[in-house]
Amino acid sequence: MSNQGVTVHHGEEINNSTGVSNKKLLMWAFLGSDVMFFGTFIGTFMAYRNKSLNGPYPEDTLDIPITSVSTFVLLMSSLGVVLAVHYLKESKMGLAKFWLILVIIMGMIFMGFQVYEFTHFAHIGMTPQANLFGSTFFTLTSLHGAHVSLGILWLIFLLYNEYKGNLTSENAIDLELAGLYWHFVDIVWIIIFALLYLITAGDGVPPGGLPWTAGH
Amino acid sequence: MSSILGPKQFQIPRIFPRPMSHSGIWYWLGTVDHKKIGTMYGIVSFFWFIMGGIEALLIRVQLSQAENDIISPELYNQLFTMHGTTMVFLVVMPLSAAFFNWLIPLQIGARDVAFPRLNALSLWVFIFGSILMNISWFTGEAPNGGWFGYPPNSTIQFNPGNGMTFWVLGLNVLGVASIAAGLNFIVTIINMRAPGMTMMRMPVFTWMTFITSILIVLALPILGVAGIQMTGDRVYGTNFFNSEAGGDPIFWQHIFWLFGHPEVYILILPAMGIVSEILPTFARKPLFGYTFIVFSGAIIGFMGWFVWSHHMFTVGLGPAANTAFTLSTMLIAIPTGVKIFNWLATLWGGSIKFTTAMLFSIGFIAMFTIGGLSGVTHAVSPSDAQQQDTYYVVAHFHYVLFGGAIFAIFGGLYFWWPKFTGYMLNERLGILNFIIMMIGFNLQFAPMHWLGLDGMPRRIYTYAENMGWELSNLAATVGGFLIAFSVLIFIINVFISRRNKKLASGDPWDARTLEWSISSPPPHYNFVNIPQVEHIDDWWYKKYPELLEGSPKQTKSAKATVEDTSNVDESKIHLPDLSYYPLFVGIGLSIAALGVIYSYALVTIGLILVFWGCIGWSTEPVNEPHEKHH
Repeated sequence: MSNQGVTVHHGEEINNSTGVSNKKLLMWAFLGSDVMFFGTFIGTFMAYRNKSLNGPYPEDTLDIPITSVSTFVLLMSSLGVVLAVHYLKESKMGLAKFWLILVIIMGMIFMGFQVYEFTHFAHIGMTPQANLFGSTFFTLTSLHGAHVSLGILWLIFLLYNEYKGNLTSENAIDLELAGLYWHFVDIVWIIIFALLYLITAGDGVPPGGLPWTAGH
Repeated sequence: MSSILGPKQFQIPRIFPRPMSHSGIWYWLGTVDHKKIGTMYGIVSFFWFIMGGIEALLIRVQLSQAENDIISPELYNQLFTMHGTTMVFLVVMPLSAAFFNWLIPLQIGARDVAFPRLNALSLWVFIFGSILMNISWFTGEAPNGGWFGYPPNSTIQFNPGNGMTFWVLGLNVLGVASIAAGLNFIVTIINMRAPGMTMMRMPVFTWMTFITSILIVLALPILGVAGIQMTGDRVYGTNFFNSEAGGDPIFWQHIFWLFGHPEVYILILPAMGIVSEILPTFARKPLFGYTFIVFSGAIIGFMGWFVWSHHMFTVGLGPAANTAFTLSTMLIAIPTGVKIFNWLATLWGGSIKFTTAMLFSIGFIAMFTIGGLSGVTHAVSPSDAQQQDTYYVVAHFHYVLFGGAIFAIFGGLYFWWPKFTGYMLNERLGILNFIIMMIGFNLQFAPMHWLGLDGMPRRIYTYAENMGWELSNLAATVGGFLIAFSVLIFIINVFISRRNKKLASGDPWDARTLEWSISSPPPHYNFVNIPQVEHIDDWWYKKYPELLEGSPKQTKSAKATVEDTSNVDESKIHLPDLSYYPLFVGIGLSIAALGVIYSYALVTIGLILVFWGCIGWSTEPVNEPHEKHH
């Protein structure tokens, strides 16, 4: 096969060695990279669990029922993205827009909960500067929140293009990529919720006293 | 970034018109051509090579005599910190990136990388990130905590001022550049190969780039996290490495080396790839054990993740951890040894031509083996307890990073220079360059072995007279200046060859891989016809098909010739138009990082630039509609 004179639109069409579009491959590779990013923060949190020398401790701050609600909302939004992509591919624009709007609203609800939670924590003295729990908790959750916010902006941008008629079934891949990203951010939240909230919620003063004095 | 290709094209209004001219400053600022980007990577990182070299020479001048006081201890700390950081992040990595950019599309038979604008972004983020880190020299507080930035030496309590903040923010910005480039080359190598170019037909350099790119996208985020945590500690008062609040300085060592050891292979694998291209070309026989070399590279890339604590043997991790990391470190020497024997076997029985590139490659094998062997002595943790933080370690990593990576890069420069520029470098000056660099290098770093075993610690700005270290240190200083002289010869060679213009043909070395099947320098579209690949070293067997039928020697005249570009209808070859958005995103990112130190106003300005650039980028068509010839 000679490619002479064939228009080469980089990253725009499936004209390559594997049949997977360049964009999709890029997104998967990026998510692999992001796994290491979150993995290191989660590792830091777990390494420093029960190492805070002073309060407020997780048992004084975390409120599992409230965060469960926001977790539920965020996880449901993944279903919404699936449906938005599905209807876009079938050119059912009304339903596609409906689900996309719903996803954006759900993402915003999640962020609203996070803002509420952060303000509440700051109010009771749990700040990034307060102790190790605060440092590790806030960096991880706020960077996750930054990912969600970026995802919301991206989806709003795509929604705008749906209304303008620029995003159609032909280039549904663009929404699919945003969907991949959105699912990833949701999956990370499942891990964060399990580790930072569920198993940590009962942690108080480190068992056996403070780590630096335990040996003496 | 998503491009919207719909029935209608949505574009945000442009502030500046899209650059269209293919000459002048705007062309270089807006170019998305992988060859131009590679050239700029090369020039900028060579500039930093000279800067890092000057820093090294200042260190050597200070150490040339006992109790010298030319340089203050404070400046000395800044010099060795910035020398290490510069050479790792601003020289070897981007010089390798220059080769990736230039060669990968040519070696796999593509017209460009998968994401040309993302490629430009990597370049600009790298350039502005490198400037950001070096601005600190002008504020008088350059980073001074070593290139690994161990707390508590790098925490705000013990190291006030902005030096280490500049360092850590610079590294984070550079990390963005590396990750973007890594992602781009992964997709390019997986997806943009010419028809018939299966994975096991790819040139070894392409393979090593692929493995390096995977390491980059997985390792650099870890450094990013470490950087965010240290920035948090230094600027916002978090407690990650603050032992008063229970934070553990050792934790920094773990995450830094969890990044840092794969980083070592990020630095050396491209060099191994370069050498694997040069040796078979000038031994005039195929690379011995292609499959073994490729899989050894992959195994090194994988096992590189399980050896990080060998940097921390003296920390007190306990016998179990030390034993495990001793074993894994010794194991990783096996695939490395496999490669060395394969290179030697490639030379065996070949009709060797001692060109400059070949000499540098043979020098690479010898020096890298010495460095590798001293590395195995560190792997033994009891022995390492004697060597930790001595000049023996300095000798080791200079043998692998200078004798290894830099030798291979110089070999690569001499080898591919005709392809990059269209004219040959002077071989006589080249051989002189090699000989002086080889002598200077060994004179500088061989004495450090016994200096280190005799107990001379790293990072001390001076030493007492009665230690017996003066002669060796003086020799090392002389060696350092010889290296500088050899680099000067290279620069002179570049200018002389540029003036004399001994034009190169497309295939001046009678080489093996696809980049030699097109003219030198390549046309901006690279290949007139995308090649159909049938073998490893496809170009070689297109030239000498009789070798495939069992003929022991190739005939005198090649059966295939370099692609003729004289009557190509360029209007049928579409390449992406220029874009200035990557430039502005790159500037914005560095401004935002600078703002973390100085003011939130700068952060805001930087982020606005980034945001505007990303939106503009994602709505910008690859080609302007009126340019299309349908």
